[in-house]
Amino acid sequence: MKRIALIGMPNAGKSTLFNRMSGGSAKVANWPGVTVDLLSSKLLLDGGMVEIVDLPGIYDLHGFSDDEQVVRHFLANNTVDLVLMVVNASQIDRQLSLTLQLKSLNMPAVILLNMADEAKKSGISIDTEKISVELGYSTLLLSAKYGQGYSEAYNAIEATLRTSKARPARALEQDFAVDKAMETELDNLVKHSVDFPAQIGSTMTEKIDSVALHPVFGLPLFFGFMFVIFQAVYTIGGPLQEGMAWLFETFRDLALVPLLSGLPALLNGFLIGGVFDGLATVASFVPIVIVFFLFMAFVEDSGYLSRAAFLMDSLMSRMGLDGRSFVMLLMGFGCNVPALMGTRTMRSRGLRLLTMLVIPFSLCSARLQVFVFMTTALFSPQHAPIVLFSLYIMTFVVVILTALLFKGHFNSQEPFALELPPYRLPTYRQMLFRGWHEVAVFIKRATKFITIGVVMVWVLTNMPYGVEPASASSWSGIIGEFMSPVLSPAGINPELTIALIFGFVAKEIVIGALAVIYGLEGSALMTGIADQIDWVQAYSFMLFTLIYTPCLSTIATIRTEAKSGWFTTVSLVWPLTLAWVVSAGFYQAARFLGY
Amino acid sequence: MKIIQRLSEMQVGQTATIQAFHVDTAFKYRLNGLGLRVGKKLEVIRHAPFDGPYQLRIGSTELMLRKRDAHMIEVLM
Repeated sequence: MKRIALIGMPNAGKSTLFNRMSGGSAKVANWPGVTVDLLSSKLLLDGGMVEIVDLPGIYDLHGFSDDEQVVRHFLANNTVDLVLMVVNASQIDRQLSLTLQLKSLNMPAVILLNMADEAKKSGISIDTEKISVELGYSTLLLSAKYGQGYSEAYNAIEATLRTSKARPARALEQDFAVDKAMETELDNLVKHSVDFPAQIGSTMTEKIDSVALHPVFGLPLFFGFMFVIFQAVYTIGGPLQEGMAWLFETFRDLALVPLLSGLPALLNGFLIGGVFDGLATVASFVPIVIVFFLFMAFVEDSGYLSRAAFLMDSLMSRMGLDGRSFVMLLMGFGCNVPALMGTRTMRSRGLRLLTMLVIPFSLCSARLQVFVFMTTALFSPQHAPIVLFSLYIMTFVVVILTALLFKGHFNSQEPFALELPPYRLPTYRQMLFRGWHEVAVFIKRATKFITIGVVMVWVLTNMPYGVEPASASSWSGIIGEFMSPVLSPAGINPELTIALIFGFVAKEIVIGALAVIYGLEGSALMTGIADQIDWVQAYSFMLFTLIYTPCLSTIATIRTEAKSGWFTTVSLVWPLTLAWVVSAGFYQAARFLGY
Repeated sequence: MKIIQRLSEMQVGQTATIQAFHVDTAFKYRLNGLGLRVGKKLEVIRHAPFDGPYQLRIGSTELMLRKRDAHMIEVLM
């Protein structure tokens, strides 16, 4: 099978293009010589299947960051039949430098000048014919985002694949001497084929920046903006969650219970009180996660995240981190795993490890489900969103504390430069794509971790045979009692203890586990829990859930990214210790004050 | 009158031409990739609060650069 590699600079719209081409059917896979997973997909071109691989965005083939090494190692160890060189058309004056490097390697390629719509709007006109002739590569304008220019691009790709000779797996020659000549070549090429307007840059972006990056109002605006988003997620997602819970409840009472009534009591209890209640409770929170990711997709694609990095860099540098670390923390609000992988652009190991140490404190969407559940059950509708926001603030508090404590061990002098792209509006298609992606992730996690988790919780709460479920004599009760000297100072009872233990695997299991342990579902579960614990215990439990050891996937990612058993141990033990200290401290202080 | 100085000494709104880089090879590649090359014109658009990074415009690209790193770039005003 022929192989196409996607190469381009960060912010060239490479992922959008890849998503369009693969139609969302991408798979992660291992590649010879490359230690990280890359996305790839199969495509029907010219009557045959072709494999297309998305390589990380890089600035320079000689660069020293992990991402740049991944691309180098990939090219050294894998045959490539064609490179799709993705270039942001409105930044063609600098992004073509990477194309020239590929040309010097005699790489068979097609140049796709992406974001053609944006370039046209800012008055940039490009003579693709001229570039094609000068470089000897088919060069086409295209808009990955709005789906324009694809058929021409496919034609060019097919034509080139038919005639070009594959570049065999071979190490890249590092010829630094050609750099100077290349600069001249780039300047000439741009001068001959591109017409830039006198004033480049979007006036819209300038206007937004003058507010968003205001020296006094910039930061307050950022935090205000975040508060509004979280409030919106809660306001929109809350009723959706209740609706889903009601649907599951109705299905259970009207269909499942009568259908399974003939089964022996234990099997019936296992299927309804274990598997169904557990999974349904977790699934009812998926709409909140989707709403959250729709907002997240909007913020990520808008270009505002790098503005946040600009505003926060000074503060972050005092903690031994930088603006990128802050962006990764924000990305971690979605899921910690891609945020951890995002640190690959950092070269300094100290900076990268310190960032990886604090990312797991980011209140990810799985923890959000637990907190929405707990705050809705224990707090009034007026107070719940504020309590939830206080937990986001807690993320930053523990991040600052951890960074300050550990920055001496993870020293970094890494210079820092980051692009500030123009503001953009994502398309509905991009947002829907993202929403669907999250449902797919949930289904994958549900079939893997969550089902096994709730089944195990059911077994623990219902065994040995004949025991009162979740009572002191059940296995879960015994474990809970055993742990109680450690966790009761934090106000965490034996039932919550079992939920926490399974939350180590995946945070979604926590609510599923509570459903199984209390033998309730939907609104009855919330009332049931509110009868058992008060708000001080609930908040202490939430603090513990926020801070303690992140899920199994996060730990696995830390291990593969850091390639250090020692560091993985630290990122297991430190959060666990901190979680206990903070929760117990809060619980004891609140009780002392008479709450 | 033309004077050579450090990028970190430029005021907001000023433009200058890049003269030389006193940075390590790796960072030079990164800066080159972002469009910063000797002979290119850049403009200082903004300076972040609390002595934070500079916002620069160079060609079609806007980027941020810390003061410490801006000090390593020589410019001609």
